[in-house]
Amino acid sequence: MPKLPNIKLPKPPVPPPPALNPAPKRPGAKKPKPNPVEAAQGAGTHAVGWIDERTSLSGAARWMMFRKIPKGTNWFYTLGSATMFAFLSQAVTGVFLAMYYNPSVTQAYESVRYINNEAFLGEFVHGMHKWGSSVMVILVFLHMARTFFFGAYKYPRELNWVIGVALLILTMVMSFTGYLLPFDQRSYWATIVGVNINGTGPLVGPYLNDFLRAGPFFGATTLSRFYAIHMMLLPGVIAALIGAHLYLVAKLGTTAPPWAKAEEDEALREEQV
Amino acid sequence: MSDKHQTKSKYTSDRQIPGAFEGETVTRRRFMTTTTHVAGAVAASAFLLPALGFALGPVFEQHIEKWQDIGAEGDFGADDYTPKTIQVTDGIGEAGRGTAYVRKYNPQVDSQPIDEYNHYIAISSSCMHLGCPVQYVPAAERFICPCHGGVYNVEGKVAGGPPVRPLDRYYTRVRHGRVQLGPKYSVNSNLDKFSPRDPGEPLDGIGQFLYPSRPTLRKDPNQSNQ
Repeated sequence: MPKLPNIKLPKPPVPPPPALNPAPKRPGAKKPKPNPVEAAQGAGTHAVGWIDERTSLSGAARWMMFRKIPKGTNWFYTLGSATMFAFLSQAVTGVFLAMYYNPSVTQAYESVRYINNEAFLGEFVHGMHKWGSSVMVILVFLHMARTFFFGAYKYPRELNWVIGVALLILTMVMSFTGYLLPFDQRSYWATIVGVNINGTGPLVGPYLNDFLRAGPFFGATTLSRFYAIHMMLLPGVIAALIGAHLYLVAKLGTTAPPWAKAEEDEALREEQV
Repeated sequence: MSDKHQTKSKYTSDRQIPGAFEGETVTRRRFMTTTTHVAGAVAASAFLLPALGFALGPVFEQHIEKWQDIGAEGDFGADDYTPKTIQVTDGIGEAGRGTAYVRKYNPQVDSQPIDEYNHYIAISSSCMHLGCPVQYVPAAERFICPCHGGVYNVEGKVAGGPPVRPLDRYYTRVRHGRVQLGPKYSVNSNLDKFSPRDPGEPLDGIGQFLYPSRPTLRKDPNQSNQ
């Protein structure tokens, strides 16, 4: 009898315990009734499935969320979403500030004083909105710088750069109109100066001033006009443009960082062929 | 086989469209599409145009300034300015008030001829750089702006800094021994009168055309009978 070579045969795998390895159901067997925990777990899936069956939203969600991103994607690529979260924070705190704020020339300062000094968490929410506005402007510029230095504005993403510049301008208009709302000395004089800077535009300047102030002087409706622009007109426009911005990001994909090199096939290198 | 791209005739009847009228050039599909677009445009402008007019209305609204009492004739000297709080806009509390610096006409200082409306010189405190409030400093005989360093001499002419024209003025008149302050007017560096302009808008040379006066705000001292 020839001698078998000395090899070690692997041991047969240990079968998992039956609790982790349930026997497959026999065809035609009755479905067991789910226990309450299983029913609760299934409810969410069921509800999502019900909506998805009628809207096909899961496809859109998958298209948006599970994108291929280039090698080398790094933390700089989070500046855009950071800006968006700054905007969302401004939107939410702004809505709640509007519950206490009164955009009347005689009441505005008093209502802001009430928010800061008396309303529960008022100073905190107002502070979030006030400092958050600066954070948003800083993040907008950092995001813009990332896009510029990574060359991410080039074909085919020029339109997204244009939308981004529109969003930058709208953010600045938000800062300008929001600055008046606390209606203290600083707000008032800063707005006088800001409006007069607009007025130095040749030909249209004087009329632009009248439009902003609702008249030739700072008047009874100037504050409410700024308030309406700040909290109703612009947030809607900004939200819509952010939607378009995000759609184009998902549609066109993100760019690789400029230092990333395309992988070359060794066999196709010119000097080796 | 008929290819619709080869039918060149503009008449629908030539193009074998069923039910076409004699001489008809617009297909019914195209007519209905256009009608729907026009209806949509009419519906949208029905709310957009009034809203826009509502927002732009104040640009075209006539603004009439009233004469207001600022004190007795004896309150104002010829060598020094007296600050007076004046009402610029009614009904908005402190935010509607401004300051005018007032003195008696002084032949040694004032170059322009005396007339019915400048027995008392009233100078607006709004800096002609960007509208901050200037303050008169008697020791220096200068108006000084705290924001960006605008300086004006005793006549209100620019003595230094960024302002683009002399300080605005108000018409004044005397009624029954009381000094009254009327509409505002702007001046260029020769103190020629112009309809009120906003700060930052030069009036010398081409400036008066680059920054047109608004039809809603005139320099006419007789605009109001009060």
